[in-house]
Amino acid sequence: MEKRSVDSRVRGVSTGTTILAATFDGGVVIGSDSRASIGGEYVSSKTINKVVQVHDQIFCCMAGSLADAQAVTKAAKFHLSFHSVQMETPPLVIAAASVLQELCYNNKEELQAGFITAGWDRKKGPQVYVVPLGGMLVGQPVTIGGSGSTYIYGYVDAKYKPNMSREECLQFATNALALAMGRDNVSGGVAHLVVITETGVEHVVVPGNKLPKFHNE
Amino acid sequence: MDSVPVNGVLRSRLIETTIMALEYDGGVVIGADSRTTTGAYIANRVTDKLTPIHDRIFCCRSGSAADTQAIADVVTYQLGFHSIELDEPPLVETAANLFRASCYRYREELTAGILVAGWDRRKGGQVYCVPIGGMLVRQPVSVGGSGSSYIYGFMDSNYKPNMTKDQCLELTAAAVSLAMERDGSSGGVVRLASISKDGVERRVILGNQLPKYSTH
Repeated sequence: MEKRSVDSRVRGVSTGTTILAATFDGGVVIGSDSRASIGGEYVSSKTINKVVQVHDQIFCCMAGSLADAQAVTKAAKFHLSFHSVQMETPPLVIAAASVLQELCYNNKEELQAGFITAGWDRKKGPQVYVVPLGGMLVGQPVTIGGSGSTYIYGYVDAKYKPNMSREECLQFATNALALAMGRDNVSGGVAHLVVITETGVEHVVVPGNKLPKFHNE
Repeated sequence: MDSVPVNGVLRSRLIETTIMALEYDGGVVIGADSRTTTGAYIANRVTDKLTPIHDRIFCCRSGSAADTQAIADVVTYQLGFHSIELDEPPLVETAANLFRASCYRYREELTAGILVAGWDRRKGGQVYCVPIGGMLVRQPVSVGGSGSSYIYGFMDSNYKPNMTKDQCLELTAAAVSLAMERDGSSGGVVRLASISKDGVERRVILGNQLPKYSTH
Protein backbone atom coordinates (compact mmCIF):
# COMPACT_ATOMS: atom_id res chain seq x y z
CA MET A 1 0.00 0.00 0.00
CA GLU A 2 1.27 3.46 -0.78
CA LYS A 3 0.86 6.83 0.79
CA ARG A 4 -2.00 8.63 -0.83
CA SER A 5 -0.86 10.81 -3.70
CA VAL A 6 -1.62 14.46 -3.04
CA ASP A 7 -1.37 15.33 -6.72
CA SER A 8 -4.93 16.19 -7.66
CA ARG A 9 -4.18 15.66 -11.34
CA VAL A 10 -3.60 11.97 -10.68
CA ARG A 11 -6.89 10.22 -11.17
CA GLY A 12 -7.30 7.43 -8.65
CA VAL A 13 -4.77 6.32 -6.12
CA SER A 14 -2.89 3.22 -7.19
CA THR A 15 -3.33 0.67 -4.42
CA GLY A 16 0.00 -1.10 -4.36
CA THR A 17 -1.31 -4.51 -3.46
CA THR A 18 -2.96 -7.69 -4.65
CA ILE A 19 -5.78 -9.19 -2.59
CA LEU A 20 -8.24 -11.93 -3.33
CA ALA A 21 -10.83 -14.21 -1.82
CA ALA A 22 -12.53 -17.30 -3.23
CA THR A 23 -15.15 -19.73 -1.96
CA PHE A 24 -14.72 -23.47 -2.25
CA ASP A 25 -16.79 -26.43 -1.20
CA GLY A 26 -17.02 -25.98 2.57
CA GLY A 27 -15.01 -22.83 3.12
CA VAL A 28 -13.28 -19.79 1.80
CA VAL A 29 -9.68 -18.77 1.07
CA ILE A 30 -8.61 -15.16 1.51
CA GLY A 31 -5.13 -13.93 0.69
CA SER A 32 -2.83 -11.05 -0.13
CA ASP A 33 0.75 -10.14 -0.97
CA SER A 34 2.98 -8.53 1.67
CA ARG A 35 4.55 -5.45 0.13
CA ALA A 36 4.10 -1.88 1.32
CA SER A 37 5.69 0.73 -0.91
CA ILE A 38 6.09 4.47 -0.97
CA GLY A 39 5.25 5.89 -4.36
CA GLY A 40 6.22 2.68 -6.08
CA GLU A 41 9.90 3.54 -5.56
CA TYR A 42 10.81 2.25 -2.15
CA VAL A 43 9.55 -0.88 -0.46
CA SER A 44 8.85 0.21 3.08
CA SER A 45 7.91 -3.26 4.25
CA LYS A 46 8.43 -6.66 2.69
CA THR A 47 6.36 -8.60 5.15
CA ILE A 48 3.26 -6.75 6.14
CA ASN A 49 0.11 -8.77 6.69
CA LYS A 50 -2.84 -7.26 4.90
CA VAL A 51 -5.23 -9.99 6.04
CA VAL A 52 -6.86 -8.85 9.27
CA GLN A 53 -9.04 -10.87 11.60
CA VAL A 54 -12.21 -8.99 12.52
CA HIS A 55 -13.86 -11.91 14.31
CA ASP A 56 -13.24 -15.58 15.03
CA GLN A 57 -14.19 -16.79 11.57
CA ILE A 58 -14.32 -13.54 9.61
CA PHE A 59 -11.28 -11.95 7.99
CA CYS A 60 -10.82 -8.99 5.75
CA CYS A 61 -8.15 -7.81 3.34
CA MET A 62 -7.35 -4.17 2.91
CA ALA A 63 -6.40 -2.20 -0.17
CA GLY A 64 -5.72 1.49 -0.54
CA SER A 65 -4.28 3.86 2.00
CA LEU A 66 -2.81 1.81 4.83
CA ALA A 67 -3.69 4.42 7.44
CA ASP A 68 -7.33 4.59 6.39
CA ALA A 69 -7.64 0.82 6.16
CA GLN A 70 -6.21 0.24 9.62
CA ALA A 71 -8.45 2.88 11.16
CA VAL A 72 -11.54 1.43 9.54
CA THR A 73 -10.76 -2.16 10.52
CA LYS A 74 -10.11 -1.11 14.10
CA ALA A 75 -13.52 0.55 14.25
CA ALA A 76 -15.15 -2.40 12.51
CA LYS A 77 -13.62 -4.89 14.96
CA PHE A 78 -15.05 -2.94 17.85
CA HIS A 79 -18.52 -2.64 16.33
CA LEU A 80 -18.58 -6.32 15.47
CA SER A 81 -17.53 -7.58 18.87
CA PHE A 82 -20.12 -5.33 20.50
CA HIS A 83 -22.78 -6.57 18.08
CA SER A 84 -21.81 -10.15 18.76
CA VAL A 85 -22.09 -9.67 22.53
CA GLN A 86 -25.50 -8.06 22.16
CA MET A 87 -26.80 -10.80 19.88
CA GLU A 88 -25.16 -13.55 21.97
CA THR A 89 -24.12 -15.30 18.79
CA PRO A 90 -21.19 -15.01 16.38
CA PRO A 91 -21.83 -12.32 13.77
CA LEU A 92 -22.79 -13.10 10.21
CA VAL A 93 -20.22 -12.44 7.49
CA ILE A 94 -22.63 -10.03 5.86
CA ALA A 95 -22.86 -8.15 9.14
CA ALA A 96 -19.09 -7.65 9.11
CA ALA A 97 -19.20 -6.53 5.50
CA SER A 98 -22.08 -4.16 6.27
CA VAL A 99 -20.17 -2.59 9.13
CA LEU A 100 -17.28 -1.90 6.77
CA GLN A 101 -19.66 -0.66 4.12
CA GLU A 102 -21.31 1.82 6.45
CA LEU A 103 -17.97 3.19 7.57
CA CYS A 104 -16.73 3.48 3.98
CA TYR A 105 -19.91 4.99 2.58
CA ASN A 106 -20.53 7.53 5.32
CA ASN A 107 -16.94 8.73 5.16
CA LYS A 108 -16.43 8.33 1.44
CA GLU A 109 -15.04 11.84 0.99
CA GLU A 110 -12.17 11.33 3.40
CA LEU A 111 -11.37 7.65 2.97
CA GLN A 112 -9.36 5.85 0.30
CA ALA A 113 -9.76 2.24 1.32
CA GLY A 114 -11.37 -0.84 -0.18
CA PHE A 115 -11.96 -4.20 1.49
CA ILE A 116 -12.65 -7.80 0.75
CA THR A 117 -14.43 -9.61 3.57
CA ALA A 118 -14.56 -13.39 3.75
CA GLY A 119 -15.66 -15.82 6.36
CA TRP A 120 -17.91 -18.62 7.48
CA ASP A 121 -21.16 -18.40 9.42
CA ARG A 122 -23.88 -20.83 10.39
CA LYS A 123 -26.59 -19.26 8.29
CA LYS A 124 -25.05 -19.17 4.80
CA GLY A 125 -21.75 -20.99 5.12
CA PRO A 126 -18.72 -19.61 3.30
CA GLN A 127 -19.15 -16.17 1.75
CA VAL A 128 -17.10 -13.41 0.14
CA TYR A 129 -18.11 -9.76 0.02
CA VAL A 130 -16.34 -6.83 -1.55
CA VAL A 131 -16.60 -3.21 -0.41
CA PRO A 132 -14.69 -1.07 -2.91
CA LEU A 133 -13.90 2.65 -2.70
CA GLY A 134 -17.16 4.54 -2.35
CA GLY A 135 -18.91 2.00 -0.17
CA MET A 136 -20.81 -0.40 -2.41
CA LEU A 137 -21.40 -3.91 -1.08
CA VAL A 138 -21.49 -6.91 -3.40
CA GLY A 139 -21.34 -10.63 -2.65
CA GLN A 140 -19.45 -12.75 -5.14
CA PRO A 141 -18.07 -16.31 -5.19
CA VAL A 142 -14.62 -14.97 -6.04
CA THR A 143 -13.19 -11.50 -6.08
CA ILE A 144 -9.83 -9.78 -6.57
CA GLY A 145 -8.64 -6.29 -5.73
CA GLY A 146 -5.69 -3.92 -5.60
CA SER A 147 -3.38 -2.75 -8.35
CA GLY A 148 -2.03 -6.22 -9.05
CA SER A 149 -5.50 -7.57 -9.70
CA THR A 150 -5.75 -6.15 -13.25
CA TYR A 151 -3.16 -8.67 -14.42
CA ILE A 152 -5.04 -11.67 -13.14
CA TYR A 153 -8.61 -11.00 -14.26
CA GLY A 154 -8.13 -13.28 -17.24
CA TYR A 155 -6.53 -16.00 -15.12
CA VAL A 156 -9.26 -15.87 -12.46
CA ASP A 157 -12.07 -15.86 -15.04
CA ALA A 158 -10.57 -18.86 -16.77
CA LYS A 159 -9.45 -20.90 -13.77
CA TYR A 160 -12.02 -20.37 -11.01
CA LYS A 161 -14.72 -23.00 -10.75
CA PRO A 162 -17.39 -23.03 -8.03
CA ASN A 163 -17.20 -25.90 -5.49
CA MET A 164 -13.53 -26.72 -5.85
CA SER A 165 -11.82 -28.74 -3.16
CA ARG A 166 -9.77 -27.04 -0.45
CA GLU A 167 -6.44 -27.97 -2.04
CA GLU A 168 -7.52 -26.86 -5.52
CA CYS A 169 -8.70 -23.53 -4.18
CA LEU A 170 -5.53 -22.97 -2.18
CA GLN A 171 -3.44 -23.74 -5.26
CA PHE A 172 -5.61 -21.44 -7.37
CA ALA A 173 -5.19 -18.58 -4.89
CA THR A 174 -1.43 -19.10 -4.57
CA ASN A 175 -1.03 -19.17 -8.36
CA ALA A 176 -3.12 -16.04 -8.81
CA LEU A 177 -1.12 -14.12 -6.22
CA ALA A 178 2.17 -15.34 -7.70
CA LEU A 179 1.14 -14.26 -11.19
CA ALA A 180 0.06 -10.82 -10.00
CA MET A 181 3.24 -10.33 -7.97
CA GLY A 182 5.21 -11.31 -11.06
CA ARG A 183 3.75 -8.50 -13.12
CA ASP A 184 2.93 -5.73 -10.63
CA ASN A 185 5.96 -3.96 -9.23
CA VAL A 186 4.13 -2.72 -6.13
CA SER A 187 2.97 -6.19 -5.11
CA GLY A 188 5.42 -8.77 -3.84
CA GLY A 189 7.04 -10.47 -0.91
CA VAL A 190 5.28 -13.50 0.52
CA ALA A 191 1.77 -14.74 -0.04
CA HIS A 192 -0.40 -14.63 3.08
CA LEU A 193 -3.37 -16.97 2.86
CA VAL A 194 -6.08 -17.82 5.37
CA VAL A 195 -8.41 -20.78 4.96
CA ILE A 196 -11.70 -20.47 6.87
CA THR A 197 -14.05 -23.39 7.29
CA GLU A 198 -16.72 -24.49 9.73
CA THR A 199 -14.11 -26.12 11.92
CA GLY A 200 -11.75 -23.20 12.16
CA VAL A 201 -9.10 -21.03 10.65
CA GLU A 202 -5.71 -21.93 9.15
CA HIS A 203 -2.94 -19.53 8.16
CA VAL A 204 -0.69 -20.45 5.26
CA VAL A 205 2.34 -18.34 4.38
CA VAL A 206 4.16 -19.06 1.13
CA PRO A 207 7.58 -17.41 1.04
CA GLY A 208 8.76 -15.76 -2.16
CA ASN A 209 11.11 -18.52 -3.21
CA LYS A 210 8.45 -21.21 -2.75
CA LEU A 211 5.89 -19.44 -4.92
CA PRO A 212 5.01 -21.24 -8.16
CA LYS A 213 7.16 -20.16 -11.07
CA PHE A 214 5.70 -19.48 -14.47
CA HIS A 215 7.18 -19.07 -17.90
CA ASN A 216 8.73 -15.64 -17.99
CA GLU A 217 9.90 -14.34 -21.33
CA MET B 1 -11.15 3.80 -31.68
CA ASP B 2 -12.30 6.28 -29.09
CA SER B 3 -12.44 9.93 -29.92
CA VAL B 4 -10.61 12.60 -28.02
CA PRO B 5 -11.56 16.15 -28.88
CA VAL B 6 -8.39 17.94 -29.94
CA ASN B 7 -8.81 21.62 -30.76
CA GLY B 8 -12.52 20.98 -31.06
CA VAL B 9 -12.07 18.29 -33.72
CA LEU B 10 -12.82 14.66 -32.93
CA ARG B 11 -9.98 12.31 -33.75
CA SER B 12 -10.42 8.57 -33.77
CA ARG B 13 -8.17 6.51 -31.56
CA LEU B 14 -7.81 2.81 -31.17
CA ILE B 15 -5.83 2.55 -27.91
CA GLU B 16 -8.39 0.36 -26.27
CA THR B 17 -7.92 -2.98 -27.95
CA THR B 18 -6.47 -6.43 -27.38
CA ILE B 19 -3.79 -7.79 -29.70
CA MET B 20 -1.56 -10.81 -29.33
CA ALA B 21 1.18 -12.67 -31.17
CA LEU B 22 2.94 -15.97 -30.39
CA GLU B 23 5.77 -17.92 -31.98
CA TYR B 24 5.58 -21.64 -32.53
CA ASP B 25 8.00 -24.01 -34.20
CA GLY B 26 7.45 -23.25 -37.85
CA GLY B 27 5.55 -19.97 -37.72
CA VAL B 28 3.54 -17.47 -35.74
CA VAL B 29 -0.06 -17.06 -34.62
CA ILE B 30 -1.59 -13.61 -34.25
CA GLY B 31 -4.95 -12.52 -32.87
CA ALA B 32 -6.99 -9.42 -32.13
CA ASP B 33 -10.45 -8.25 -31.12
CA SER B 34 -12.51 -6.21 -33.58
CA ARG B 35 -13.86 -3.17 -31.78
CA THR B 36 -13.18 0.42 -32.78
CA THR B 37 -14.78 3.03 -30.56
CA THR B 38 -15.41 6.72 -31.03
CA GLY B 39 -16.07 7.74 -27.46
CA ALA B 40 -18.91 5.51 -26.28
CA TYR B 41 -20.03 4.66 -29.82
CA ILE B 42 -18.61 1.59 -31.48
CA ALA B 43 -17.65 2.95 -34.87
CA ASN B 44 -16.70 -0.43 -36.29
CA ARG B 45 -17.55 -3.71 -34.59
CA VAL B 46 -15.80 -5.88 -37.17
CA THR B 47 -12.48 -4.07 -37.54
CA ASP B 48 -9.53 -5.92 -38.97
CA LYS B 49 -6.53 -5.01 -36.85
CA LEU B 50 -4.28 -7.62 -38.44
CA THR B 51 -2.67 -5.90 -41.40
CA PRO B 52 -0.51 -7.60 -44.03
CA ILE B 53 2.82 -5.91 -44.67
CA HIS B 54 4.25 -8.53 -46.99
CA ASP B 55 3.44 -12.08 -48.07
CA ARG B 56 4.53 -13.66 -44.80
CA ILE B 57 4.69 -10.63 -42.50
CA PHE B 58 1.76 -9.10 -40.62
CA CYS B 59 1.38 -6.40 -38.03
CA CYS B 60 -1.16 -6.06 -35.20
CA ARG B 61 -2.17 -2.45 -34.60
CA SER B 62 -3.08 -0.67 -31.37
CA GLY B 63 -3.08 3.03 -30.61
CA SER B 64 -4.35 5.72 -32.91
CA ALA B 65 -6.02 4.17 -35.94
CA ALA B 66 -4.87 6.97 -38.20
CA ASP B 67 -1.27 6.79 -36.98
CA THR B 68 -1.00 3.03 -37.28
CA GLN B 69 -2.58 2.94 -40.72
CA ALA B 70 -0.21 5.62 -41.95
CA ILE B 71 2.85 3.87 -40.52
CA ALA B 72 1.76 0.52 -41.91
CA ASP B 73 1.33 2.05 -45.37
CA VAL B 74 4.80 3.58 -45.24
CA VAL B 75 6.42 0.36 -44.05
CA THR B 76 4.58 -1.70 -46.67
CA TYR B 77 5.99 0.55 -49.36
CA GLN B 78 9.51 0.56 -47.94
CA LEU B 79 9.53 -3.20 -47.43
CA GLY B 80 8.16 -3.92 -50.89
CA PHE B 81 10.85 -1.77 -52.47
CA HIS B 82 13.57 -3.38 -50.34
CA SER B 83 12.35 -6.86 -51.26
CA ILE B 84 12.52 -6.09 -54.99
CA GLU B 85 16.04 -4.71 -54.61
CA LEU B 86 17.11 -7.79 -52.69
CA ASP B 87 15.29 -10.11 -55.07
CA GLU B 88 14.16 -12.29 -52.20
CA PRO B 89 11.48 -12.21 -49.47
CA PRO B 90 12.29 -9.72 -46.71
CA LEU B 91 13.19 -10.68 -43.14
CA VAL B 92 10.72 -10.12 -40.31
CA GLU B 93 13.47 -8.34 -38.43
CA THR B 94 13.79 -5.86 -41.31
CA ALA B 95 10.07 -5.11 -41.18
CA ALA B 96 10.26 -4.67 -37.42
CA ASN B 97 13.17 -2.29 -37.74
CA LEU B 98 11.34 -0.23 -40.34
CA PHE B 99 8.40 0.10 -37.94
CA ARG B 100 10.73 1.01 -35.15
CA ALA B 101 12.51 3.64 -37.23
CA SER B 102 9.26 5.47 -37.99
CA CYS B 103 7.84 5.05 -34.49
CA TYR B 104 10.99 6.30 -32.81
CA ARG B 105 11.68 9.21 -35.14
CA TYR B 106 8.17 10.57 -34.78
CA ARG B 107 7.63 9.41 -31.21
CA GLU B 108 6.36 12.84 -30.07
CA GLU B 109 3.59 12.96 -32.64
CA LEU B 110 2.56 9.34 -32.77
CA THR B 111 0.53 7.03 -30.58
CA ALA B 112 1.18 3.58 -31.97
CA GLY B 113 1.76 0.22 -30.31
CA ILE B 114 2.51 -2.43 -32.91
CA LEU B 115 3.30 -6.14 -32.90
CA VAL B 116 5.18 -7.34 -36.00
CA ALA B 117 4.95 -11.07 -36.65
CA GLY B 118 5.84 -13.30 -39.56
CA TRP B 119 7.91 -16.09 -41.01
CA ASP B 120 11.16 -15.93 -42.95
CA ARG B 121 13.63 -18.50 -44.14
CA ARG B 122 16.48 -17.43 -41.92
CA LYS B 123 14.93 -17.49 -38.44
CA GLY B 124 11.51 -19.05 -38.91
CA GLY B 125 8.59 -17.62 -36.96
CA GLN B 126 9.35 -14.39 -35.09
CA VAL B 127 7.39 -11.86 -33.04
CA TYR B 128 8.71 -8.35 -32.47
CA CYS B 129 7.12 -5.81 -30.17
CA VAL B 130 7.29 -2.08 -31.01
CA PRO B 131 5.43 -0.31 -28.20
CA ILE B 132 4.62 3.38 -27.84
CA GLY B 133 7.93 5.27 -27.79
CA GLY B 134 9.64 3.18 -30.41
CA MET B 135 11.47 0.39 -28.58
CA LEU B 136 12.08 -2.86 -30.42
CA VAL B 137 12.30 -6.22 -28.70
CA ARG B 138 11.80 -9.76 -29.86
CA GLN B 139 9.61 -11.92 -27.61
CA PRO B 140 8.24 -15.43 -28.08
CA VAL B 141 4.85 -14.18 -26.95
CA SER B 142 3.58 -10.63 -26.74
CA VAL B 143 0.27 -8.97 -25.90
CA GLY B 144 -0.73 -5.35 -26.44
CA GLY B 145 -3.49 -2.82 -26.13
CA SER B 146 -5.57 -1.89 -23.10
CA GLY B 147 -7.18 -5.31 -22.83
CA SER B 148 -3.78 -6.92 -22.48
CA SER B 149 -3.38 -5.96 -18.80
CA TYR B 150 -6.12 -8.41 -17.86
CA ILE B 151 -4.49 -11.38 -19.49
CA TYR B 152 -0.87 -11.13 -18.35
CA GLY B 153 -1.54 -13.60 -15.55
CA PHE B 154 -3.38 -15.96 -17.89
CA MET B 155 -0.58 -15.81 -20.46
CA ASP B 156 2.19 -16.27 -17.90
CA SER B 157 0.52 -19.40 -16.56
CA ASN B 158 -0.65 -20.92 -19.83
CA TYR B 159 2.12 -20.24 -22.32
CA LYS B 160 4.73 -22.93 -22.64
CA PRO B 161 7.52 -22.95 -25.19
CA ASN B 162 7.26 -25.44 -28.09
CA MET B 163 3.50 -25.51 -28.48
CA THR B 164 1.89 -26.70 -31.69
CA LYS B 165 0.06 -24.40 -34.07
CA ASP B 166 -3.37 -25.56 -32.91
CA GLN B 167 -2.48 -25.10 -29.26
CA CYS B 168 -1.34 -21.56 -30.06
CA LEU B 169 -4.57 -20.80 -31.89
CA GLU B 170 -6.62 -22.09 -28.99
CA LEU B 171 -4.60 -20.14 -26.47
CA THR B 172 -4.88 -16.92 -28.50
CA ALA B 173 -8.63 -17.30 -28.91
CA ALA B 174 -9.05 -17.98 -25.18
CA ALA B 175 -6.87 -15.07 -24.12
CA VAL B 176 -8.49 -12.53 -26.44
CA SER B 177 -11.95 -13.70 -25.32
CA LEU B 178 -11.01 -13.27 -21.66
CA ALA B 179 -9.70 -9.78 -22.33
CA MET B 180 -12.82 -8.89 -24.31
CA GLU B 181 -14.98 -9.96 -21.41
CA ARG B 182 -13.26 -7.60 -19.00
CA ASP B 183 -12.14 -4.68 -21.16
CA GLY B 184 -15.02 -2.44 -22.16
CA SER B 185 -13.13 -1.21 -25.18
CA SER B 186 -12.39 -4.63 -26.66
CA GLY B 187 -15.11 -6.75 -28.16
CA GLY B 188 -16.83 -8.05 -31.26
CA VAL B 189 -15.25 -11.07 -32.90
CA VAL B 190 -11.84 -12.64 -32.52
CA ARG B 191 -9.71 -12.49 -35.64
CA LEU B 192 -6.90 -15.02 -35.90
CA ALA B 193 -4.17 -15.63 -38.43
CA SER B 194 -1.37 -18.15 -38.62
CA ILE B 195 1.70 -17.52 -40.76
CA SER B 196 4.18 -20.20 -41.80
CA LYS B 197 6.30 -21.10 -44.77
CA ASP B 198 3.18 -22.50 -46.45
CA GLY B 199 1.40 -19.18 -46.31
CA VAL B 200 -1.22 -17.36 -44.28
CA GLU B 201 -4.42 -18.86 -42.89
CA ARG B 202 -7.02 -16.49 -41.51
CA ARG B 203 -10.07 -17.24 -39.44
CA VAL B 204 -12.77 -15.47 -37.47
CA ILE B 205 -14.46 -16.65 -34.30
CA LEU B 206 -17.90 -15.09 -33.93
CA GLY B 207 -19.33 -13.85 -30.65
CA ASN B 208 -21.54 -16.85 -30.01
CA GLN B 209 -18.71 -19.29 -30.73
CA LEU B 210 -16.27 -17.79 -28.25
CA PRO B 211 -15.15 -19.97 -25.34
CA LYS B 212 -17.31 -19.36 -22.28
CA TYR B 213 -16.03 -18.96 -18.77
CA SER B 214 -17.58 -19.23 -15.34
CA THR B 215 -19.59 -16.07 -14.88
CA HIS B 216 -19.23 -14.50 -11.45
